[in-house]
Amino acid sequence: MANNEVRYLNPPAVEVNKKKYCRFKKLGIKYVDYKDATFLTKFVNEQGKVLPRRLTGTSLKFQRKVSTAIKRARHLALMPYVTDLLK
Amino acid sequence: MLKQYETVIILNPVLSQDQVTETVEKFKKILTDTGSVIVFENNWGLRKLAYPIQKKNTGFYYLIEFKSDGANIGKLELEYKRDERLMRFLTVSLDKHAVIYNEKKRKNAALKKKEESESVSQN
Repeated sequence: MANNEVRYLNPPAVEVNKKKYCRFKKLGIKYVDYKDATFLTKFVNEQGKVLPRRLTGTSLKFQRKVSTAIKRARHLALMPYVTDLLK
Repeated sequence: MLKQYETVIILNPVLSQDQVTETVEKFKKILTDTGSVIVFENNWGLRKLAYPIQKKNTGFYYLIEFKSDGANIGKLELEYKRDERLMRFLTVSLDKHAVIYNEKKRKNAALKKKEESESVSQN
């Protein structure tokens, strides 16, 4: 019976929980431009869906601005509604 | 005080260049007739669409930033709906942060263009 406790040679790098911050507050960005598709792709996953706040760490106020900007960009075909391997 | 708006239109790619300019002139005339001031225009030209619209994969993008009062927007959008050369349009009102952002972006663009022209002239 293999001993159930697996010993690693070196401890697995437990990703220490780095403090998430709202990039808009930190950089003092006040307006999310819906025409800037390259910037908006940072807030979208591979399928083109909007990332939740718990992953991006943005504050509620700017998450709403980002999501409206993304929806406008999608309307103008600057960003796809659904795709695969967007990155 | 006139509010500031920004409208982006996507024109059918089958149009020739002068048809594109002619339709854009038509809409600008509508704006100026209703007493709104055009602050900035930008022709993005032919761009690839992220998904096909009306079975087409490219479109002429044109952006117009203007100041006007709210009543004109309804008229403008009615004209957009009537014109079949237009595939898609979006009119957005700009708050003060957006206005500052646009001005800053225009200043940087002008600055960069000046630097490029200087560097080109130097070498």
